[in-house]
Amino acid sequence: MSAFVALDGVSHAYGGAGGALAVDALSIAVQTGEFAAVVGPSGCGKSTLMKLATGLQFPLKGTVRVAGEAVNKPLKIAGMAFQAPTLLPWRTTLENLLLPLEIVQPHRSELSRRRKEYVARAENLLASVGLRDQGDKYPWELSGGMQQRTSLCRALIHEPQLLMLDEPFAALDAFTREELWCVIRDLHAVRKITVILVTHDLREAVFLADRVFVMSSRPGRILAEKRIEFPRPRDIEVTFTPEFQDIVHELRAHIVKARQ
Amino acid sequence: MNRTAIIVRLSPWLFTIGLLILWEAAVHALHIPTFFLPPPTAVAYAFVEFAGPLARNSWITLETTMIGFALAVGFGLLLGLLVGWSRTIYAGLYPLMIGFNAIPKVAVVPILVLWFGIGFVPAVFTAFLISFFPIVVNVATGLATIEPELEDVLKALGASKLDIMRKVGIPRTLPYFFGSLKIAITLAFVGSVISESVASNYGIGNLMLQAQAQFQVPLIFAGLVALAIEGIAMYAAMAILERRMTGWAQRSGFAQS
Ligand SMILES: Nc1ncnc2c1ncn2[C@@H]1O[C@H](COP(=O)(O)OP(=O)(O)OP(=O)(O)O)[C@@H](O)[C@H]1O
Ligand SMILES: [Mg+2]
Repeated sequence: MSAFVALDGVSHAYGGAGGALAVDALSIAVQTGEFAAVVGPSGCGKSTLMKLATGLQFPLKGTVRVAGEAVNKPLKIAGMAFQAPTLLPWRTTLENLLLPLEIVQPHRSELSRRRKEYVARAENLLASVGLRDQGDKYPWELSGGMQQRTSLCRALIHEPQLLMLDEPFAALDAFTREELWCVIRDLHAVRKITVILVTHDLREAVFLADRVFVMSSRPGRILAEKRIEFPRPRDIEVTFTPEFQDIVHELRAHIVKARQ
Repeated sequence: MNRTAIIVRLSPWLFTIGLLILWEAAVHALHIPTFFLPPPTAVAYAFVEFAGPLARNSWITLETTMIGFALAVGFGLLLGLLVGWSRTIYAGLYPLMIGFNAIPKVAVVPILVLWFGIGFVPAVFTAFLISFFPIVVNVATGLATIEPELEDVLKALGASKLDIMRKVGIPRTLPYFFGSLKIAITLAFVGSVISESVASNYGIGNLMLQAQAQFQVPLIFAGLVALAIEGIAMYAAMAILERRMTGWAQRSGFAQS
Protein backbone atom coordinates (compact mmCIF):
# COMPACT_ATOMS: atom_id res chain seq x y z
CA MET A 1 0.00 0.00 0.00
CA SER A 2 1.43 3.37 -0.96
CA ALA A 3 1.37 6.32 1.37
CA PHE A 4 -1.50 8.80 1.19
CA VAL A 5 0.64 11.68 2.40
CA ALA A 6 4.36 11.44 1.69
CA LEU A 7 7.04 14.01 2.34
CA ASP A 8 10.44 12.97 1.10
CA GLY A 9 13.65 14.77 2.07
CA VAL A 10 11.81 18.06 2.45
CA SER A 11 13.61 21.26 3.48
CA HIS A 12 11.87 24.56 3.88
CA ALA A 13 12.75 28.07 4.95
CA TYR A 14 10.36 30.98 5.29
CA GLY A 15 11.43 33.95 3.24
CA GLY A 16 13.23 32.03 0.49
CA ALA A 17 16.50 30.14 0.27
CA GLY A 18 18.43 32.68 2.36
CA GLY A 19 16.29 32.23 5.47
CA ALA A 20 16.98 29.88 8.35
CA LEU A 21 15.58 26.42 7.75
CA ALA A 22 12.31 25.60 9.51
CA VAL A 23 12.45 21.91 8.55
CA ASP A 24 15.39 20.04 7.07
CA ALA A 25 15.51 16.67 5.30
CA LEU A 26 12.12 15.82 6.71
CA SER A 27 10.57 12.55 5.56
CA ILE A 28 7.26 11.18 6.71
CA ALA A 29 4.73 8.82 5.17
CA VAL A 30 1.15 8.44 6.36
CA GLN A 31 -0.99 5.61 5.02
CA THR A 32 -4.53 5.92 3.75
CA GLY A 33 -6.96 5.89 6.65
CA GLU A 34 -4.15 6.11 9.17
CA PHE A 35 -4.24 8.39 12.21
CA ALA A 36 -0.83 10.02 12.59
CA ALA A 37 0.21 12.30 15.43
CA VAL A 38 3.20 14.64 15.33
CA VAL A 39 4.84 15.82 18.53
CA GLY A 40 7.96 17.85 19.15
CA PRO A 41 9.42 20.91 20.86
CA SER A 42 7.83 24.28 20.25
CA GLY A 43 9.00 25.98 17.06
CA CYS A 44 10.36 22.78 15.55
CA GLY A 45 8.32 23.02 12.39
CA LYS A 46 5.14 21.06 13.08
CA SER A 47 2.84 23.72 11.69
CA THR A 48 5.24 24.08 8.78
CA LEU A 49 4.87 20.37 8.12
CA MET A 50 1.08 20.84 7.96
CA LYS A 51 1.40 23.74 5.54
CA LEU A 52 3.78 21.81 3.31
CA ALA A 53 1.48 18.79 3.23
CA THR A 54 -1.54 20.90 2.24
CA GLY A 55 0.24 22.99 -0.39
CA LEU A 56 0.05 26.24 1.56
CA GLN A 57 3.86 26.38 1.46
CA PHE A 58 6.18 24.81 -1.07
CA PRO A 59 9.48 23.17 -0.11
CA LEU A 60 12.89 24.44 -1.16
CA LYS A 61 14.07 20.85 -1.55
CA GLY A 62 12.42 17.46 -1.62
CA THR A 63 9.00 16.31 -2.75
CA VAL A 64 5.51 16.35 -1.25
CA ARG A 65 2.96 13.90 -2.61
CA VAL A 66 -0.65 13.52 -1.52
CA ALA A 67 -2.94 10.83 -2.92
CA GLY A 68 -0.24 9.89 -5.40
CA GLU A 69 0.10 13.35 -6.89
CA ALA A 70 2.82 15.95 -6.44
CA VAL A 71 1.49 18.92 -4.47
CA ASN A 72 2.03 22.13 -6.43
CA LYS A 73 -0.99 24.12 -5.38
CA PRO A 74 -3.21 24.21 -2.28
CA LEU A 75 -4.94 20.89 -1.75
CA LYS A 76 -8.68 20.77 -2.24
CA ILE A 77 -9.32 17.57 -0.36
CA ALA A 78 -8.16 18.72 3.06
CA GLY A 79 -10.10 19.93 6.06
CA MET A 80 -8.16 21.97 8.57
CA ALA A 81 -8.66 23.02 12.18
CA PHE A 82 -6.31 25.05 14.32
CA GLN A 83 -5.76 26.00 17.92
CA ALA A 84 -7.93 29.10 17.38
CA PRO A 85 -11.43 28.28 16.08
CA THR A 86 -11.23 31.00 13.35
CA LEU A 87 -14.98 31.16 12.88
CA LEU A 88 -16.55 34.12 11.10
CA PRO A 89 -18.34 36.30 13.67
CA TRP A 90 -20.86 37.67 11.17
CA ARG A 91 -22.16 34.21 10.31
CA THR A 92 -24.22 31.95 12.52
CA THR A 93 -22.73 28.63 13.52
CA LEU A 94 -24.69 26.89 10.78
CA GLU A 95 -23.61 29.40 8.14
CA ASN A 96 -20.03 28.96 9.30
CA LEU A 97 -20.36 25.23 8.71
CA LEU A 98 -21.67 25.80 5.20
CA LEU A 99 -18.66 27.95 4.26
CA PRO A 100 -16.54 25.11 2.82
CA LEU A 101 -19.50 24.03 0.69
CA GLU A 102 -19.60 27.52 -0.80
CA ILE A 103 -16.04 27.02 -2.00
CA VAL A 104 -15.34 23.36 -2.74
CA GLN A 105 -16.54 21.88 -6.00
CA PRO A 106 -18.87 20.14 -6.79
CA HIS A 107 -20.81 21.42 -3.77
CA ARG A 108 -20.27 25.02 -4.75
CA SER A 109 -22.34 24.82 -7.93
CA GLU A 110 -24.95 22.60 -6.32
CA LEU A 111 -25.37 24.62 -3.16
CA SER A 112 -28.47 26.54 -4.16
CA ARG A 113 -30.18 23.38 -5.45
CA ARG A 114 -29.25 21.09 -2.60
CA ARG A 115 -29.26 23.61 0.21
CA LYS A 116 -31.81 21.69 2.32
CA GLU A 117 -29.73 18.56 2.13
CA TYR A 118 -26.55 20.43 3.08
CA VAL A 119 -28.22 22.15 6.01
CA ALA A 120 -29.43 18.76 7.22
CA ARG A 121 -25.89 17.43 6.90
CA ALA A 122 -24.54 20.36 8.91
CA GLU A 123 -27.15 19.85 11.60
CA ASN A 124 -26.33 16.16 11.86
CA LEU A 125 -22.68 16.98 12.19
CA LEU A 126 -23.39 19.53 14.92
CA ALA A 127 -25.51 16.97 16.74
CA SER A 128 -22.67 14.43 16.50
CA VAL A 129 -20.37 16.75 18.46
CA GLY A 130 -23.03 17.60 21.03
CA LEU A 131 -24.19 20.89 19.56
CA ARG A 132 -27.73 19.97 18.61
CA ASP A 133 -29.90 23.05 17.90
CA GLN A 134 -27.04 25.49 18.39
CA GLY A 135 -26.83 26.30 14.69
CA ASP A 136 -28.67 29.62 14.94
CA LYS A 137 -26.29 31.05 17.50
CA TYR A 138 -23.39 33.24 16.56
CA PRO A 139 -19.92 31.89 17.34
CA TRP A 140 -19.38 34.53 20.00
CA GLU A 141 -22.45 33.23 21.80
CA LEU A 142 -20.72 29.86 22.19
CA SER A 143 -18.13 28.80 24.75
CA GLY A 144 -14.54 28.20 23.66
CA GLY A 145 -15.07 24.45 23.61
CA MET A 146 -18.25 24.78 21.57
CA GLN A 147 -16.46 27.03 19.09
CA GLN A 148 -13.72 24.45 18.75
CA ARG A 149 -16.30 21.76 18.05
CA THR A 150 -17.83 23.97 15.40
CA SER A 151 -14.41 24.47 13.88
CA LEU A 152 -13.98 20.70 13.75
CA CYS A 153 -17.35 20.34 12.04
CA ARG A 154 -16.33 22.95 9.51
CA ALA A 155 -13.22 20.92 8.73
CA LEU A 156 -15.41 17.86 8.10
CA ILE A 157 -18.52 19.19 6.35
CA HIS A 158 -17.24 18.66 2.81
CA GLU A 159 -16.21 15.11 3.70
CA PRO A 160 -12.48 15.59 3.10
CA GLN A 161 -10.21 12.60 2.60
CA LEU A 162 -7.56 14.25 4.73
CA LEU A 163 -8.06 15.96 8.07
CA MET A 164 -5.27 18.22 9.34
CA LEU A 165 -5.49 19.21 13.01
CA ASP A 166 -2.97 21.66 14.42
CA GLU A 167 -3.26 21.67 18.23
CA PRO A 168 -7.03 21.90 17.99
CA PHE A 169 -7.63 21.16 21.68
CA ALA A 170 -4.78 23.12 23.22
CA ALA A 171 -6.98 25.91 24.56
CA LEU A 172 -9.56 23.65 26.20
CA ASP A 173 -9.99 22.32 29.71
CA ALA A 174 -8.99 18.73 30.40
CA PHE A 175 -12.53 17.31 30.45
CA THR A 176 -13.72 19.00 27.28
CA ARG A 177 -10.50 17.91 25.65
CA GLU A 178 -11.08 14.26 26.49
CA GLU A 179 -14.64 14.54 25.27
CA LEU A 180 -13.41 15.87 21.94
CA TRP A 181 -10.79 13.15 21.70
CA CYS A 182 -13.66 10.69 21.68
CA VAL A 183 -15.48 12.74 19.06
CA ILE A 184 -12.42 12.64 16.79
CA ARG A 185 -11.84 8.97 17.53
CA ASP A 186 -15.39 8.13 16.46
CA LEU A 187 -15.26 10.32 13.36
CA HIS A 188 -12.07 8.63 12.29
CA ALA A 189 -13.56 5.21 12.90
CA VAL A 190 -16.76 5.94 10.97
CA ARG A 191 -15.34 7.83 8.02
CA LYS A 192 -12.01 6.08 7.67
CA ILE A 193 -10.33 9.35 6.74
CA THR A 194 -6.62 10.00 7.02
CA VAL A 195 -5.82 12.26 9.97
CA ILE A 196 -2.65 14.15 10.83
CA LEU A 197 -2.74 15.67 14.29
CA VAL A 198 -0.15 18.06 15.68
CA THR A 199 -0.18 18.27 19.45
CA HIS A 200 1.89 19.03 22.53
CA ASP A 201 -0.18 16.66 24.63
CA LEU A 202 1.46 13.24 24.58
CA ARG A 203 -1.56 11.51 26.13
CA GLU A 204 -3.65 12.92 23.33
CA ALA A 205 -1.21 11.67 20.71
CA VAL A 206 -0.98 8.17 22.15
CA PHE A 207 -4.71 7.83 22.78
CA LEU A 208 -5.74 8.84 19.27
CA ALA A 209 -2.96 7.84 16.91
CA ASP A 210 -1.89 4.70 15.10
CA ARG A 211 1.60 6.12 14.87
CA VAL A 212 3.27 8.97 16.74
CA PHE A 213 6.13 10.88 15.08
CA VAL A 214 8.61 12.78 17.22
CA MET A 215 10.31 15.77 15.64
CA SER A 216 13.71 17.25 16.47
CA SER A 217 14.10 20.89 17.47
CA ARG A 218 14.44 23.41 14.66
CA PRO A 219 15.18 22.68 11.87
CA GLY A 220 12.72 19.84 12.27
CA ARG A 221 13.25 16.24 11.18
CA ILE A 222 11.58 13.04 12.30
CA LEU A 223 13.63 11.72 15.21
CA ALA A 224 11.56 8.71 16.11
CA GLU A 225 8.29 7.04 15.32
CA LYS A 226 6.24 4.85 17.61
CA ARG A 227 3.47 2.51 16.55
CA ILE A 228 0.61 2.47 19.07
CA GLU A 229 -0.87 -1.00 19.22
CA PHE A 230 -3.85 -0.54 21.55
CA PRO A 231 -6.91 -2.13 19.94
CA ARG A 232 -9.67 0.14 18.65
CA PRO A 233 -12.14 1.39 19.69
CA ARG A 234 -10.13 2.74 22.61
CA ASP A 235 -11.71 3.88 25.81
CA ILE A 236 -10.45 6.85 27.81
CA GLU A 237 -9.67 4.34 30.55
CA VAL A 238 -6.80 3.01 28.46
CA THR A 239 -4.91 6.22 29.18
CA PHE A 240 -4.62 5.21 32.82
CA THR A 241 -3.03 1.80 32.20
CA PRO A 242 0.68 1.26 32.91
CA GLU A 243 1.35 0.25 29.28
CA PHE A 244 -0.05 3.59 28.16
CA GLN A 245 2.00 5.47 30.71
CA ASP A 246 5.13 3.67 29.53
CA ILE A 247 4.63 4.81 25.97
CA VAL A 248 4.00 8.39 27.09
CA HIS A 249 7.20 8.22 29.13
CA GLU A 250 9.18 6.89 26.23
CA LEU A 251 7.95 9.68 23.94
CA ARG A 252 8.60 12.25 26.61
CA ALA A 253 12.20 11.10 26.86
CA HIS A 254 12.60 11.61 23.10
CA ILE A 255 11.32 15.17 23.33
CA VAL A 256 13.45 16.01 26.32
CA LYS A 257 16.45 14.84 24.30
CA ALA A 258 15.30 16.78 21.25
CA ARG A 259 15.06 19.99 23.26
CA GLN A 260 18.69 19.86 24.30
CA MET B 1 -34.72 53.46 35.22
CA ASN B 2 -32.86 54.36 38.36
CA ARG B 3 -31.54 57.76 39.40
CA THR B 4 -28.02 57.43 37.97
CA ALA B 5 -29.39 56.26 34.64
CA ILE B 6 -31.70 59.28 34.46
CA ILE B 7 -28.89 61.66 35.30
CA VAL B 8 -26.64 60.07 32.68
CA ARG B 9 -29.42 60.39 30.13
CA LEU B 10 -29.95 64.06 30.93
CA SER B 11 -26.34 65.02 31.41
CA PRO B 12 -25.64 66.20 27.82
CA TRP B 13 -28.57 68.61 28.10
CA LEU B 14 -27.66 69.74 31.58
CA PHE B 15 -24.08 70.44 30.52
CA THR B 16 -25.18 72.38 27.43
CA ILE B 17 -27.67 74.46 29.36
CA GLY B 18 -25.12 75.05 32.11
CA LEU B 19 -22.58 76.29 29.57
CA LEU B 20 -25.13 78.64 28.01
CA ILE B 21 -26.13 80.11 31.38
CA LEU B 22 -22.48 80.59 32.31
CA TRP B 23 -21.82 82.28 28.98
CA GLU B 24 -24.81 84.60 29.30
CA ALA B 25 -23.90 85.51 32.87
CA ALA B 26 -20.26 86.14 31.98
CA VAL B 27 -21.15 88.45 29.08
CA HIS B 28 -23.42 90.56 31.33
CA ALA B 29 -21.21 90.51 34.39
CA LEU B 30 -18.04 91.47 32.51
CA HIS B 31 -19.82 93.91 30.16
CA ILE B 32 -18.45 92.23 27.08
CA PRO B 33 -19.69 94.12 24.00
CA THR B 34 -21.99 92.19 21.62
CA PHE B 35 -19.69 92.80 18.63
CA PHE B 36 -16.95 90.96 20.53
CA LEU B 37 -18.86 88.05 22.06
CA PRO B 38 -22.65 88.09 21.77
CA PRO B 39 -24.61 86.41 24.61
CA PRO B 40 -26.59 83.25 23.74
CA THR B 41 -29.84 85.21 23.81
CA ALA B 42 -28.57 87.52 21.07
CA VAL B 43 -27.43 84.51 19.03
CA ALA B 44 -30.84 82.92 19.47
CA TYR B 45 -32.47 86.14 18.36
CA ALA B 46 -30.26 86.26 15.24
CA PHE B 47 -31.13 82.63 14.62
CA VAL B 48 -34.83 83.47 14.49
CA GLU B 49 -34.41 86.75 12.62
CA PHE B 50 -32.28 85.16 9.88
CA ALA B 51 -34.06 81.79 9.89
CA GLY B 52 -34.73 82.02 6.14
CA PRO B 53 -31.15 82.63 4.89
CA LEU B 54 -29.77 80.24 7.51
CA ALA B 55 -32.05 77.43 6.40
CA ARG B 56 -31.40 78.08 2.70
CA ASN B 57 -27.64 78.13 3.11
CA SER B 58 -27.58 75.20 5.52
CA TRP B 59 -29.38 73.19 2.91
CA ILE B 60 -26.81 74.16 0.27
CA THR B 61 -23.92 73.24 2.58
CA LEU B 62 -25.61 69.93 3.37
CA GLU B 63 -26.10 69.17 -0.31
CA THR B 64 -22.49 70.04 -1.14
CA THR B 65 -21.21 67.91 1.73
CA MET B 66 -23.37 64.92 0.86
CA ILE B 67 -22.36 64.91 -2.80
CA GLY B 68 -18.67 65.21 -1.94
CA PHE B 69 -19.08 62.53 0.71
CA ALA B 70 -20.87 60.17 -1.68
CA LEU B 71 -18.02 60.56 -4.17
CA ALA B 72 -15.53 59.90 -1.38
CA VAL B 73 -17.38 56.73 -0.31
CA GLY B 74 -17.46 55.34 -3.83
CA PHE B 75 -13.92 56.25 -4.69
CA GLY B 76 -12.50 55.47 -1.25
CA LEU B 77 -14.13 52.02 -1.19
CA LEU B 78 -12.82 51.20 -4.65
CA LEU B 79 -9.31 52.41 -3.95
CA GLY B 80 -9.26 50.72 -0.55
CA LEU B 81 -10.25 47.37 -2.07
CA LEU B 82 -7.59 47.82 -4.74
CA VAL B 83 -4.89 48.72 -2.26
CA GLY B 84 -5.87 45.87 0.07
CA TRP B 85 -5.99 43.42 -2.84
CA SER B 86 -2.43 43.67 -4.03
CA ARG B 87 0.84 44.31 -2.28
CA THR B 88 2.23 45.94 -5.44
CA ILE B 89 -0.59 48.42 -5.71
CA TYR B 90 -0.26 49.09 -2.00
CA ALA B 91 3.48 49.75 -2.26
CA GLY B 92 2.99 51.99 -5.28
CA LEU B 93 0.07 54.04 -4.04
CA TYR B 94 0.79 54.40 -0.37
CA PRO B 95 3.51 57.09 -0.51
CA LEU B 96 1.44 59.00 -3.05
CA MET B 97 -1.61 58.92 -0.81
CA ILE B 98 0.38 59.96 2.25
CA GLY B 99 1.80 62.91 0.35
CA PHE B 100 -1.58 63.83 -0.98
CA ASN B 101 -3.18 63.61 2.42
CA ALA B 102 -0.49 65.82 3.92
CA ILE B 103 -1.46 68.73 1.67
CA PRO B 104 -3.80 71.11 3.52
CA LYS B 105 -6.92 71.00 1.39
CA VAL B 106 -7.55 74.71 1.70
CA ALA B 107 -4.42 75.11 -0.44
CA VAL B 108 -6.09 73.12 -3.21
CA VAL B 109 -9.15 75.36 -3.40
CA PRO B 110 -7.48 78.03 -5.62
CA ILE B 111 -6.60 75.34 -8.17
CA LEU B 112 -10.13 74.01 -8.11
CA VAL B 113 -11.42 77.54 -8.63
CA LEU B 114 -9.05 77.94 -11.55
CA TRP B 115 -10.50 74.80 -13.13
CA PHE B 116 -14.15 75.04 -12.23
CA GLY B 117 -14.80 78.68 -11.27
CA ILE B 118 -16.11 79.67 -7.87
CA GLY B 119 -19.22 78.11 -6.33
CA PHE B 120 -20.68 74.66 -5.98
CA VAL B 121 -18.17 72.46 -7.81
CA PRO B 122 -14.95 73.37 -5.95
CA ALA B 123 -16.80 72.96 -2.64
CA VAL B 124 -17.94 69.47 -3.62
CA PHE B 125 -14.43 68.58 -4.70
CA THR B 126 -12.86 69.92 -1.52
CA ALA B 127 -15.32 67.87 0.55
CA PHE B 128 -14.46 64.83 -1.54
CA LEU B 129 -10.68 65.30 -1.40
CA ILE B 130 -10.55 65.81 2.32
CA SER B 131 -12.77 62.87 3.22
CA PHE B 132 -11.78 59.95 1.01
CA PHE B 133 -8.46 59.21 2.69
CA PRO B 134 -9.72 57.73 5.98
CA ILE B 135 -12.06 55.49 4.00
CA VAL B 136 -9.22 54.14 1.85
CA VAL B 137 -6.99 53.52 4.84
CA ASN B 138 -9.68 51.77 6.85
CA VAL B 139 -10.85 49.52 4.04
CA ALA B 140 -7.27 48.58 3.17
CA THR B 141 -6.50 47.89 6.84
CA GLY B 142 -9.53 45.64 7.15
CA LEU B 143 -8.36 43.60 4.19
CA ALA B 144 -4.74 43.50 5.27
CA THR B 145 -5.54 42.11 8.71
CA ILE B 146 -7.34 38.90 7.68
CA GLU B 147 -6.19 36.17 10.05
CA PRO B 148 -3.63 34.01 8.22
CA GLU B 149 -5.11 30.84 9.73
CA LEU B 150 -8.49 31.66 8.28
CA GLU B 151 -6.88 32.32 4.93
CA ASP B 152 -5.18 28.91 5.19
CA VAL B 153 -8.45 27.17 5.98
CA LEU B 154 -10.02 28.65 2.88
CA LYS B 155 -6.99 28.13 0.64
CA ALA B 156 -6.82 24.49 1.66
CA LEU B 157 -10.36 24.20 0.32
CA GLY B 158 -9.19 25.53 -3.03
CA ALA B 159 -10.52 29.06 -2.57
CA SER B 160 -9.33 31.66 -5.05
CA LYS B 161 -8.23 35.11 -3.99
CA LEU B 162 -11.57 36.45 -5.10
CA ASP B 163 -13.35 33.85 -2.95
CA ILE B 164 -11.35 34.88 0.11
CA MET B 165 -12.11 38.51 -0.64
CA ARG B 166 -15.84 37.85 -0.95
CA LYS B 167 -16.29 35.44 1.93
CA VAL B 168 -13.94 36.98 4.46
CA GLY B 169 -12.22 40.15 3.28
CA ILE B 170 -15.21 42.31 2.54
CA PRO B 171 -17.46 41.26 5.45
CA ARG B 172 -14.70 41.71 7.99
CA THR B 173 -13.81 45.08 6.48
CA LEU B 174 -17.32 46.46 6.92
CA PRO B 175 -16.87 47.58 10.55
CA TYR B 176 -13.71 49.44 9.55
CA PHE B 177 -15.55 50.95 6.61
CA PHE B 178 -18.59 52.12 8.53
CA GLY B 179 -16.35 53.34 11.33
CA SER B 180 -14.45 55.47 8.83
CA LEU B 181 -17.69 57.00 7.54
CA LYS B 182 -18.14 58.82 10.85
CA ILE B 183 -14.76 60.47 10.41
CA ALA B 184 -15.21 61.05 6.69
CA ILE B 185 -18.57 62.80 6.98
CA THR B 186 -17.19 65.24 9.53
CA LEU B 187 -14.19 65.95 7.33
CA ALA B 188 -16.35 66.37 4.22
CA PHE B 189 -18.33 68.97 6.12
CA VAL B 190 -15.13 70.81 7.04
CA GLY B 191 -14.08 70.70 3.40
CA SER B 192 -17.25 72.17 2.00
CA VAL B 193 -17.39 74.95 4.59
CA ILE B 194 -13.73 75.87 3.94
CA SER B 195 -14.33 76.09 0.23
CA GLU B 196 -17.57 78.04 0.70
CA SER B 197 -15.90 80.64 2.82
CA VAL B 198 -13.01 81.04 0.38
CA ALA B 199 -14.66 80.70 -2.98
CA SER B 200 -18.42 80.67 -3.16
CA ASN B 201 -21.50 82.85 -3.07
CA TYR B 202 -23.60 80.28 -1.22
CA GLY B 203 -23.53 78.09 1.84
CA ILE B 204 -23.11 78.65 5.54
CA GLY B 205 -19.40 79.32 5.10
CA ASN B 206 -20.14 82.18 2.74
CA LEU B 207 -23.00 83.46 4.92
CA MET B 208 -20.65 83.72 7.88
CA LEU B 209 -18.07 85.53 5.81
CA GLN B 210 -20.66 88.08 4.71
CA ALA B 211 -21.95 88.50 8.25
CA GLN B 212 -18.40 89.19 9.32
CA ALA B 213 -17.98 91.85 6.62
CA GLN B 214 -21.15 93.52 7.87
CA PHE B 215 -20.13 93.17 11.48
CA GLN B 216 -23.23 91.11 12.34
CA VAL B 217 -21.46 89.15 15.05
CA PRO B 218 -24.57 87.38 16.43
CA LEU B 219 -25.27 86.09 12.92
CA ILE B 220 -21.74 84.66 12.71
CA PHE B 221 -22.43 82.73 15.88
CA ALA B 222 -25.85 81.66 14.62
CA GLY B 223 -24.02 80.27 11.57
CA LEU B 224 -21.71 78.35 13.87
CA VAL B 225 -24.68 76.90 15.70
CA ALA B 226 -26.25 75.84 12.41
CA LEU B 227 -22.98 74.13 11.46
CA ALA B 228 -22.82 72.36 14.80
CA ILE B 229 -26.37 71.07 14.44
CA GLU B 230 -25.72 69.81 10.93
CA GLY B 231 -22.45 68.22 11.95
CA ILE B 232 -23.99 66.40 14.90
CA ALA B 233 -26.91 65.20 12.79
CA MET B 234 -24.66 63.79 10.07
CA TYR B 235 -22.36 62.13 12.57
CA ALA B 236 -25.34 60.59 14.34
CA ALA B 237 -26.72 59.30 11.05
CA MET B 238 -23.42 57.55 10.31
CA ALA B 239 -23.20 56.15 13.83
CA ILE B 240 -26.70 54.68 13.48
CA LEU B 241 -25.81 53.25 10.08
CA GLU B 242 -22.69 51.67 11.57
CA ARG B 243 -24.67 50.10 14.38
CA ARG B 244 -27.27 48.77 11.97
CA MET B 245 -24.85 47.27 9.48
CA THR B 246 -22.24 45.75 11.76
CA GLY B 247 -23.99 44.73 14.95
CA TRP B 248 -21.82 41.61 15.20
CA ALA B 249 -18.71 43.73 15.63
CA GLN B 250 -20.16 45.87 18.41
CA ARG B 251 -20.79 43.31 21.08
CA SER B 252 -18.17 44.55 23.51
CA GLY B 253 -19.70 46.16 26.55
CA PHE B 254 -16.75 48.52 26.69
CA ALA B 255 -18.20 51.27 24.54
CA GLN B 256 -21.65 50.95 26.07
CA SER B 257 -20.63 51.35 29.67
N1 LIG C 1 5.22 32.80 8.55
C1 LIG C 1 6.48 32.62 9.01
N2 LIG C 1 7.47 33.46 8.65
C2 LIG C 1 8.75 33.26 9.07
N3 LIG C 1 9.12 32.27 9.89
C3 LIG C 1 8.19 31.40 10.31
C4 LIG C 1 6.82 31.53 9.89
N4 LIG C 1 6.12 30.53 10.46
C5 LIG C 1 7.00 29.83 11.19
N5 LIG C 1 8.25 30.33 11.11
C6 LIG C 1 9.46 29.79 11.74
O1 LIG C 1 9.59 28.44 11.40
C7 LIG C 1 9.89 27.65 12.53
C8 LIG C 1 8.88 26.53 12.64
O2 LIG C 1 7.61 27.10 12.93
P1 LIG C 1 6.30 26.26 13.14
O3 LIG C 1 5.17 27.19 13.24
O4 LIG C 1 6.23 25.22 12.09
O5 LIG C 1 6.62 25.59 14.57
P2 LIG C 1 5.69 24.64 15.43
O6 LIG C 1 6.41 23.36 15.58
O7 LIG C 1 4.32 24.57 14.87
O8 LIG C 1 5.69 25.37 16.82
P3 LIG C 1 4.54 25.38 17.96
O9 LIG C 1 4.57 24.05 18.59
O10 LIG C 1 5.01 26.43 18.92
O11 LIG C 1 3.26 25.71 17.28
C9 LIG C 1 9.83 28.56 13.75
O12 LIG C 1 11.13 28.68 14.26
C10 LIG C 1 9.32 29.87 13.25
O13 LIG C 1 10.12 30.91 13.76
MG1 LIG D 1 2.43 25.35 15.49
